[in-house]
Amino acid sequence: MRKRWQIRLLWLLVPISAIVLAIVVSSLVLLSIDASPVDAFRSMYEYGTQGNSLASTVNRAVPLFIAGLAVAIGFKMNLFNIGVEGQYRIATLMAAAAGAAVTLPAPFHIAFIMLVGMVTGAAWASIAAVLKVKRGVHEVVSTIMLNSIATGLGAYLLSNYLRKPAVGSELLIATPQIPHSGQLGPLTTIGGEDVRSFVLIAILLGVFVYVLIWRTRFGYDLRASGINPDAARVSGVDPNKMIMRTMLLSGAIAGLIGMSDLFGFFHAYTLDLPTGIGFDGIAVALVGLNHPIGIAIAALVFGWVDRAAQILDLEGIPKEVIIITKGVIIFSVVIAYEIVRRVVLSQEVKTAAEETRKLEQAEEETVAA
Amino acid sequence: MAERAPAVELKGITKTFPGVVANDDINLAVQPGEIHAVVGENGAGKSTLMKILYGMLRPDSGTILMDGSGVHFRSPKDAIAAGIGMVHQHFMLATNFTVLENVVLGSEPAHAGALDFGAARARIRELSESHGVPLDPDRLTEDLAVGERQRVEIVKVLYRGARILILDEPTAVLVPQEVVELFGQLRELRAQGVTIIFISHKLDEVLEIADSITVIRDGHTVRTVKPEEVTARQLAELMVGSELPTPETRESTVTEEVLLSVQGLGVRVGARWALEDATFDIHHGEIVGIAGVEGNGQRELVEALIGLRKPDTGSVILAGTDITQWPTRQRRENGLGYIPEDRQGRGLLLPSPLWENTMLGHQTLYPFARGPWINKKGARAQTEHLISEYGVMTPGPDTSALALSGGNQQKLIVGREMTAAPKVLIAAQPTRGIDVGAQAAVWELIREARALGLALLLTSADLEELIGLSDTLYVILRGRLVARLDPATVTPEELGSYMTGAKQAGVA
Repeated sequence: MRKRWQIRLLWLLVPISAIVLAIVVSSLVLLSIDASPVDAFRSMYEYGTQGNSLASTVNRAVPLFIAGLAVAIGFKMNLFNIGVEGQYRIATLMAAAAGAAVTLPAPFHIAFIMLVGMVTGAAWASIAAVLKVKRGVHEVVSTIMLNSIATGLGAYLLSNYLRKPAVGSELLIATPQIPHSGQLGPLTTIGGEDVRSFVLIAILLGVFVYVLIWRTRFGYDLRASGINPDAARVSGVDPNKMIMRTMLLSGAIAGLIGMSDLFGFFHAYTLDLPTGIGFDGIAVALVGLNHPIGIAIAALVFGWVDRAAQILDLEGIPKEVIIITKGVIIFSVVIAYEIVRRVVLSQEVKTAAEETRKLEQAEEETVAA
Repeated sequence: MAERAPAVELKGITKTFPGVVANDDINLAVQPGEIHAVVGENGAGKSTLMKILYGMLRPDSGTILMDGSGVHFRSPKDAIAAGIGMVHQHFMLATNFTVLENVVLGSEPAHAGALDFGAARARIRELSESHGVPLDPDRLTEDLAVGERQRVEIVKVLYRGARILILDEPTAVLVPQEVVELFGQLRELRAQGVTIIFISHKLDEVLEIADSITVIRDGHTVRTVKPEEVTARQLAELMVGSELPTPETRESTVTEEVLLSVQGLGVRVGARWALEDATFDIHHGEIVGIAGVEGNGQRELVEALIGLRKPDTGSVILAGTDITQWPTRQRRENGLGYIPEDRQGRGLLLPSPLWENTMLGHQTLYPFARGPWINKKGARAQTEHLISEYGVMTPGPDTSALALSGGNQQKLIVGREMTAAPKVLIAAQPTRGIDVGAQAAVWELIREARALGLALLLTSADLEELIGLSDTLYVILRGRLVARLDPATVTPEELGSYMTGAKQAGVA
């Protein structure tokens, strides 16, 4: 039907308007600091499309994607897990320490490290879940506080218990190196830059999340709780159980965020591991509209922008400009999505009402005849 | 001598919404100082019309005249400034405030930055005396009876200088005795020159109180009549356009077998017993009705039965099994069906497609689930079956529930509970706010359920519906079942007396 097709097309407006707005606002900012937007975007484009930049984009996107999934699972039932940040940092630390402490055949070693990460992430998230279920503490408050605690606890554990013994005058604060069986080689190399193999596991995880949310009874209960918690409860969903399960799941996924960097590059928990991915994951989930495919696209866009912006410093432009660009993308996607959603919904309702009227007329005619 | 211009005149008001009956060329003239009733079935468009007059909605076309000159209301603020006041069906009062605080809320009297309650108190006293609406400004609102709370709403509107009062179904929450009091107050207000627009679908009341009656049907104004010119029968025919259906059940199907047994059930909310020592049985093929003024424990009873609330005392036995400790899901899986009183708030996932709504409440059962998986195919097929079987007017199972009219939403809910073949069905306010056609359909479905041998528990604010459908009738008052009545002999007035506690009897 032509009309439906037109309505679908409206959805394209969301990413298009976001990108256009992001370019316009970034240009204005660049102009205001006497930089040439044309030059800046051209050099970002040229640098960003080099082979090694593309590889780096994928590597940057993987943790963002996983963080987006962790956040989105909570969002789907109106549970705001702001604690992904703390969950993944403490999980990565424990996983790295445990991975270095054992030697296992390669696939088991990898699986073991992932398992430790997931269990730690889930355990850390469970604190907020229990507080919410038993004491009614809002998860936003508790997870934000748990983020701070995770940072402090992680630093304490690392420097007092998990730190690799210093050799000579070495100052590096890190866990011991994970043996080879607990490392993952590159999937391929583009332009001298490795594409880390964990991207494959991330894709599987995306498929898993999609199937879980849209194809299983658990996912149905989860979505129902998000759309109408009262109706879900009346239908037999136990809200407390649902909060526990969702929070644990979200934390377990969060526990995998650091794995790509750990398996493919650092091989130990060091202070150089990227931080802030848990917070970026919130933006990625928002922009990706809580759908694995959307999250993947958003993660790639953010990963690319981050990578491409590295060139700006060489052009004499502060690369922090890009933070504004990302902010604009988030705002415009969220706003445009809400507008389009309303338009589409009212169109759908109108169409359905018209069709219903036709049905009713047809019925009346048969009754009359 | 030229006649005075109408206090309010609506000309050619049209308002369209998707999926619901709205207003189509409505014409209405209200003379100053009269009580003008607007009557029509649920869903005829009365509420839409009043929302337009009160500035909550804007008409697609048409004009509003006050005292002969055109007005445009952008919001209720404009309407209030023009002297229109509205008393909503559901009171909008802060119960932890005093009467005085509630009345001034939103237009607080300030004097040099501080609240000036003294002047307000005097003003409220004066208003309530001069308009015959007795009210003590310093009482706490939560201590007031429903009728008194309504008076607070009326005084609140007068306090803001309203000359025209819109009362939306003011008697819906009152028992017959309180209605008599309200009518006395309305006559007093009229004597003081206040113009009253009275919205109702209760014809006897309208005939008693109104000076003119405008009938609305399917969004059109049918006619404006004087009460002395028509009988209740004629008015009903104007309203419905045909014969009115009645909620009578036929021959008794009650058997000896008890399907649901409730023993000494008690629910505490805070320090108060919201439900106390409720004991009754529902047999195979029996409809048990629970009558009561809203907020007397019906909600707690229903929630304790469906498992949303843990009872503090007593037990619930479903077909011989004690289910008191069971969670909602287990109860549902074992044959307890539930039609919630708040259709959209508790019964539907509005933005979701119909097939996902058909699953709701039965998502663990055939044909909706296969192991841990959702069976979309099965759910869609079941939804299609339900649409044709229960006459749900909709293009198909992928339409969102939002696009259905209230009546069709209710048919879907009733249908999904019925097709799950429950043993016991709890129907809370199953016909509230739906149009007359859907109401008749729901009554028919309830009768069918009874004929199939279900045990039904029915709560309703519609006393005729309760009397007409029930085999056994209990009255609930302050959390207790205070009377067991025979619906074959009881009158709505008698029922009302029990509901307020004016009349007492033991539970047989």
